[in-house]
Amino acid sequence: MGATVKMEKNTTNPLTKEQKGFLAMKGWKLKTKQQELLIRVSILLLVYVLAFITRLFSVLRYESMIHEFDPYFNYRTTLYLTQKGFYEFWNWFDYESWYPLGRIIGGTLYPGLMVTAAIIYWGLRFLRFAVHIREVCVLTAPFFASNTTLVAYFFGKELWDSGAGLVAAALIAICPGYISRSVAGSYDNEGVAIFALLLTFYLFVKAVKTGSLAWALASAFGYFYMVSAWGGYVFIINLIPLYVLVLLITGRYSMRLYVAYNCMYVLGMLLAMQIRFVGFQHVQSGEHMAAMGVFFLMQVFYFLDWVKHQLNDPKLFHAFLRITVSSAVGLGALALGVGTASGYISPWTGRFYSLLDPTYAKDHIPIIASVSEHQPTAWSSFMFDFHILLILFPAGLYFCFKRLSDATIFIMMYGLTSMYFAGVMVRLILVATPAVCLISAIAVSATIKNLTQVVRSKPKTSPSGSSKGATGAKAAAKGSFDQSLPLERNGAIALLLGAFYLLSRYAIHCTWVTSEAYSSPSIVLAARGAHGNRVIFDDYREAYFWLRQNTPPDAKVMSWWDYGYQITAMGNRTVIVDNNTWNNTHIATVGRAMSSYEDEAYEIMRSLDVDYVLVVFGGVTGYSSDDINKFLWMVRIGGGVFPVIKEPDYLVNGEYRVDKGAAPKMLNCLMYKLSYYRFGELTTEYGKPPGYDRARGVEIGNKDIKLEHLEEAFTTSNWIVRIYKVKPPNNRW
Amino acid sequence: MRNLVLLNLIGCISFVALLPWSTLSFSPENPTDRRILVLLDDVSLKSSHSIFFNALQSRGFDLDFKLADDPKLALQRYGQYLYDGLIIFAPTAERFGGSLDLAAVLNFVDSGHDVIVAADANASDLIRSIAAECGADFDEDPSAMVVDHTSYAVSGTDGDHTLIAADNLIKSEVLLGKEKIVAPVLFKGIAHSLNPENNLVLKVLSASASAYSANPNDKLSSPPSLTGSAISLVSILQARNNARVLISGSLELFSNRLLRAGVQKAGDFTKYEKSGNEQFVIELGKWVFHERGHLKAVNLTHHKAGESSEPAMYRINDDLEFSVEIYEWSGTSWEPYVANDVQVQFYMMSPYVLKTLSNNEKGLYHTSFKVPDVYGVFQFKVEYQRLGYTTLSLSKQIPVRPFKHNEYERFITTAFPYYGASFSAILSLHHDNLMETNQSEFFRNSTNAKLTLAGVYY
Repeated sequence: MGATVKMEKNTTNPLTKEQKGFLAMKGWKLKTKQQELLIRVSILLLVYVLAFITRLFSVLRYESMIHEFDPYFNYRTTLYLTQKGFYEFWNWFDYESWYPLGRIIGGTLYPGLMVTAAIIYWGLRFLRFAVHIREVCVLTAPFFASNTTLVAYFFGKELWDSGAGLVAAALIAICPGYISRSVAGSYDNEGVAIFALLLTFYLFVKAVKTGSLAWALASAFGYFYMVSAWGGYVFIINLIPLYVLVLLITGRYSMRLYVAYNCMYVLGMLLAMQIRFVGFQHVQSGEHMAAMGVFFLMQVFYFLDWVKHQLNDPKLFHAFLRITVSSAVGLGALALGVGTASGYISPWTGRFYSLLDPTYAKDHIPIIASVSEHQPTAWSSFMFDFHILLILFPAGLYFCFKRLSDATIFIMMYGLTSMYFAGVMVRLILVATPAVCLISAIAVSATIKNLTQVVRSKPKTSPSGSSKGATGAKAAAKGSFDQSLPLERNGAIALLLGAFYLLSRYAIHCTWVTSEAYSSPSIVLAARGAHGNRVIFDDYREAYFWLRQNTPPDAKVMSWWDYGYQITAMGNRTVIVDNNTWNNTHIATVGRAMSSYEDEAYEIMRSLDVDYVLVVFGGVTGYSSDDINKFLWMVRIGGGVFPVIKEPDYLVNGEYRVDKGAAPKMLNCLMYKLSYYRFGELTTEYGKPPGYDRARGVEIGNKDIKLEHLEEAFTTSNWIVRIYKVKPPNNRW
Repeated sequence: MRNLVLLNLIGCISFVALLPWSTLSFSPENPTDRRILVLLDDVSLKSSHSIFFNALQSRGFDLDFKLADDPKLALQRYGQYLYDGLIIFAPTAERFGGSLDLAAVLNFVDSGHDVIVAADANASDLIRSIAAECGADFDEDPSAMVVDHTSYAVSGTDGDHTLIAADNLIKSEVLLGKEKIVAPVLFKGIAHSLNPENNLVLKVLSASASAYSANPNDKLSSPPSLTGSAISLVSILQARNNARVLISGSLELFSNRLLRAGVQKAGDFTKYEKSGNEQFVIELGKWVFHERGHLKAVNLTHHKAGESSEPAMYRINDDLEFSVEIYEWSGTSWEPYVANDVQVQFYMMSPYVLKTLSNNEKGLYHTSFKVPDVYGVFQFKVEYQRLGYTTLSLSKQIPVRPFKHNEYERFITTAFPYYGASFSAILSLHHDNLMETNQSEFFRNSTNAKLTLAGVYY
């Protein structure tokens, strides 16, 4: 077995061959087992390093900086945590966001990420490494990605064998679906949450396999870490009960399962309640009721087992079973019904609904539907993020079915459910990635193992090998290979080469995707210039810096919620709404202001004490994710709460346009005015009339824009961010 | 610039207007105007309106008489205003000399200075537009005058009833002085109406219901555009920055002739020796130039009950005390302002607390209340708008936070069953542990699993 694994590892990493040679040269005679261990450890080490360094493209291309939107909030809170200490952080009431409502930061975030980064920071400081907290934050996600590879190895080992573990570690280290959320600078919850998720699953599978309280306890702590890190823990607390339920139905109930699940559920629940944001949801929210139901079901099973043990009469027992199960189920349903009706158990949230029914958000919650990462996934992005794993995944499932065990049932369920969710929402590809990598790793490992066995089994003395793990079916298959040499051998070699080719294509694809698509910080934009040179648009930071330097410290800035976190983190100014979209009405008010005429908007802005308005405009640079392109969502969200805002007013025959044919309301609403103010004077492209919008490729319809209640305060060098000052009311009117 | 009284206060201060080297004569501490530029059509106005001017001078004002077309006219030099007030007695001036124009006058007002504008029949477009910018629209017809066939002044030869004896005065001691103006005010001039969109301008002297605006020498061919009490004869505007503007449809209103004239209103047999004009224009002049009705609010403080320092943040349900001092300018010194209608709001999008402040007759207004059970960014707001007085508009931002994790009660009586349950669970576990004997094999297995932390295969 050791030898076969070694062969396969050589392919993934040629370095090890040299190492082996080096060791042999020295005259060290290692036993096969020791060799195998050495190779395994060194491969893991290399994978560990690889996972880290492949995520550093963004740092090399740009600089060590925080990316995108949410990470800025995480960074700001981490900064606060390291400066003021844990208790201040825990009780932090932030009056700089959601003006004038404020936000209880400590009670509305998952503190796992911040605490993790702060602990790393404090640890490094303790070891006398004078690092800045920003560097720690930037590198937290890659560091945890590296740790994830270790967990993937152990998980794979648990599921199949150590070969599969190694392949899984290698696959997950560079899988784009995971890299997209864990490049350096992407300081977001998901960075550590995937590690926690996989760790929890691994520990739980281990607990089920051994029936040991220690592993179950560890898995409860893994779950606690997951809960503290990401809202995606709901996936765990639903998947595990589902898995247990499947085991119960398929007659795989065991004491091991009982110990593992009960310990994990009860302790995990108690621990999770310590996170303020989660609080009593475990006992009160509909999303967590499945776990509780299964918990009670387990008790019923245990009780039944005991009765069976006592009765020793199958007939009597069957009657008893029927009565007990039906009454238990009826009682559970009744309790759930009463709880829901009395309001003690909250119904499912919109986000949860939208997972089960992809069209739900589109019809009911525009604020969820407006986020691009909540859109249903296109096939191309599956291909983009998984590449060959997409083909290997079904193959892996086949192998899992061939060797059913508690562990493989788990990974199959994890893979299938997460694949479904990945289809519903783009961002959930992330959750599916570990499962896809693990299952694919089983496929790769099992296939290559079979093939190498064919290649190596040239003497008739068929090795009694496959001592560990291999099932009788496979042994039989191998036996059949043995009889028809050497054609089979050549075929196997060809197949091996093909597999290696595919795997190397995978590696190339992953590196390319990481470098091209997933390493852009999105706060600094890059484009190709006319001569092929790289042009950097650093307008966001320019604008935020301007805000920080030129506005009064208590100035309130209104912008669409996308930029809220960045304004508070970088501009250090109060914002009306931000990316924590907890108050839909407040966001709708801003949406309404943006889509109203200027004088109506002025009233709204006065009532919110707005001093500055910030809009993002891509008409000069051709930057397409600007506010004009997001504008319809502002209209929809605003109209969802204030019916005076009607979407058809902004459309012409159902078409959204900004040129001369645009709807009159569109041409005169605040967002249009602020985006295109004085744009009519500007020639953006040679051979095009002035006021040519490069993002939408049209000449704008209203070039003569006069502002009455606002005045232009600042426009960045590429016009991407425009800031307007709200004038005080007319002195004499 | 009078906003500088609010300098100590966070909030609505316009920092742009803040000039640290404010002139000696005019300062937030001494808000009465001192240097006044008087623009005249004609030098003779200086003598024909001398009573009004002398009254100002005798009260310490420094009047600078200039012809309206003086080429050296300027309101400011090196960015500083040379005058604190402006009197435009030049109804026919089509343009001012020097650098003075419509925009300069409006800027003068917008930077907190006071203006008296008097129009007359044949008022120029310039004067009309100044008035219009302040919310008063003079009758478009250049030859129209206010005619009133029922409340005209009976005064000998004048037969076209354009000399009006108006007694429809605004009732305000702040504007017109404590002494009631008994005699009617003589008015001969043009009508204006107030722009309904402007809610800062108001009538001080309005025409009677029978008045109308038309050319007295022509026959009325069409209904007059302005009639009745919609006609304002004299209006005032107090801008948001507390600059005050007086708009009069008549220049003669200020003249010695009408100030000295006796008056008898048509249909009224009371004959007054002297018209109300002198008292009217002088008292109104005092108001316009901030000798009266000027308030300041200082020392807005708040703190928790029982403490004295101002916290950066309150907690919900805190008891707090709020105080503010309000003074009134008497023309020479700051006197405590006494009123029982000053209110403070604890405001977040809408007032959560609205309390009337009690005062100690020495200008200190005070109240105490409990912070509502709502967290957020609140403001202490004092919005005091009373007729004639400068607007007090103070706000001070203060966040209110929820309880911290350790500010709740530590032990709740209702939770005692749970405390009991957890202790009994601990005890029973110990008991199980000790009394492990005498149990069925099944239970022993499971108990072992729990207690030995070892793998149990069932």
